[in-house]
Amino acid sequence: MSQTTIDPRSLRPPPKRPIRLSWSDERVRGIFWQVVVVGIVGSIIWWLYSNTVHNLEVRRIATGFGFLNREAGLPIAESLIEYSPTNSYLRALLVGLLNTLKVAVVGIILATILGTIIGVARLSRNWVIAKLSAVYVEVIRDLPLLLQLLFWYALLQGLPGPRQALHPAEGVFLSNRGLKLPWIEWQGAHSLALLLFVAGLVATWLYRRQALAKQIADGNPRPVWHVALLTLVALPLAGWYALGAPFTPDIPALRGFNFQGGLTLSPEYFALLAGLVLYTAGFIAEIVRAGIQAVPKGQWEAAQALGLRPGTVLKQIVLPQALRVIVPPMTSQYLNITKNSSLAVAIGYQDIVSIANTTLNQTGQAIEGIAIIMLVYLSISLSISFFMNWYNARIALVER
Amino acid sequence: MSATMEAVASAARADAPPAILLDKVNKWYGAMHVLRDVSLSVALGERVVVCGPSGSGKSTLIRCVNRLETHQEGSIKVDGIELSDDLRALDAIRREVGMVFQSFNLFPHLTVLENCTLAPIWVRHMPKAEAEALAMEYLERVKIPEQAMKYPGQLSGGQQQRVAIARALCMKPKIMLFDEPTSALDPEMIKEVLETMVGLAETGMTMVCVTHEMGFARQVADRVVFMDRGEIVEQGPPGEIFENPKTDRLKLFLSQILRGH
Repeated sequence: MSQTTIDPRSLRPPPKRPIRLSWSDERVRGIFWQVVVVGIVGSIIWWLYSNTVHNLEVRRIATGFGFLNREAGLPIAESLIEYSPTNSYLRALLVGLLNTLKVAVVGIILATILGTIIGVARLSRNWVIAKLSAVYVEVIRDLPLLLQLLFWYALLQGLPGPRQALHPAEGVFLSNRGLKLPWIEWQGAHSLALLLFVAGLVATWLYRRQALAKQIADGNPRPVWHVALLTLVALPLAGWYALGAPFTPDIPALRGFNFQGGLTLSPEYFALLAGLVLYTAGFIAEIVRAGIQAVPKGQWEAAQALGLRPGTVLKQIVLPQALRVIVPPMTSQYLNITKNSSLAVAIGYQDIVSIANTTLNQTGQAIEGIAIIMLVYLSISLSISFFMNWYNARIALVER
Repeated sequence: MSATMEAVASAARADAPPAILLDKVNKWYGAMHVLRDVSLSVALGERVVVCGPSGSGKSTLIRCVNRLETHQEGSIKVDGIELSDDLRALDAIRREVGMVFQSFNLFPHLTVLENCTLAPIWVRHMPKAEAEALAMEYLERVKIPEQAMKYPGQLSGGQQQRVAIARALCMKPKIMLFDEPTSALDPEMIKEVLETMVGLAETGMTMVCVTHEMGFARQVADRVVFMDRGEIVEQGPPGEIFENPKTDRLKLFLSQILRGH
């Protein structure tokens, strides 16, 4: 049935078509338009550059990044690293970058989880759940993000002050100063336990992969839970215990007009995170729904008719096909969260834009300030894009 | 080989419980009554062809047998197991019942070989090497072993449907259901799929086939069931059904089918 001998004529290279120097030649026109476009873009860039250099000279503005080492003198309310106003602008900008990442990374994770749940819920056979998700998506998509951020921030500002804080459980306070949670005094032993836990996650994942590969090879299912228990619970606990099992609770308490100790989620961070997550989850829900619906019903039926369990059908048949549809638009949403986090400036959360903005106001280095903001967003966005494109290529390998 | 299997099958037919037993099955889509008091018994090794005008409920009927559709009244027993909400019974039944669809429903992201080995590996917990050997055996039987490493999108419709048959056979089902397997195919491809099905029938497989291919019905079927408006109107050996239709509805249907061909 199939032809295995190769027709020798098919080995001949394709003929070379010479270019006719005529306006009716398709390729001549193609080259002409490319030259025109490159010329226009090139001249715009040259004009912008020469104009800027000329204006800077006329106004006698010094350029350069020397200001980064000067003392910032700008206070920052929340920071992941040690910071005081006597630190340099460079450190202040680093704090801003970390604050942006804190919102973007947590936001991407939470929005993905919430969006997936809502997207699946919208396909539910339960009428109430399906309609509720539909209403959520329609409402949240139709309101501007800035409005939603202001709404959440105003809502949090409406909470009572520290002295009348809501106090639902021991050590938990919700007030207009944010959410206070009990925490522990962080020590080396805790870092070790955390490190072991993360290593355990990787180990469990690798073991599970291997167990599945072995199951495919010889048919015997292998349980994974004991490895998970050992690497995720036993080893981190052992590491913590080996370093003396330190445990000093750090419980927030009202001292004067504010709280001391404990873990703080500021109202600004909370409002920004809630706004970004709830907003983006609406879009992600639609992407997930479209992805699942893009897999024809016949795929489910054929897999079920073969006796496959729903979990296996989802993992082996539906997800591989749905992800091809889901991943590219999902990348856009991740980029949107990151870039939309710059709206932080509206509610006073000190992200990279807010701090760079203050920096350029204080130093007058507008071009450098804007350049830094652009560079930061470009780097984060390109990292996300590269990762998602890599992932997309990886899952695309399973198709033709 | 097929002769001995036929003998085994006919011996089993005498005393074994029916492979499929439908008793007064009723089903509604919303307010539409699509199956009305359908009772049907298919013996082990029997080949039944179900025909009827479109919308008569024949596809719904066989989709109820492996519970791709749920019936609301009456009972369906497959291989002695009653179909109910019990998931274990459902798993057991689906392992024994293979199904071939009008639109093939091959998994486009898996190769032909992977399509065939998926269920043996994940449902029967068969070692991969063994599942692949089994798959190649059935791909030989449907005459496309050389396509094993290709993806479904690279095959013609007829080849895809033959892969779908091989995929179902890899689970070594006792019963095969065919839901208009040739309706989506070009004429020259219908022939290759029908030949595969005739070959399968010769092995003594219990088959229930929804089709309008009257030639196939004459050649293979032990019994032809004619359905119209959700009911079984008439049934009997193919010769009798086609030469001496008793009801007006069957006469009308046959005249339309013959005019169409």
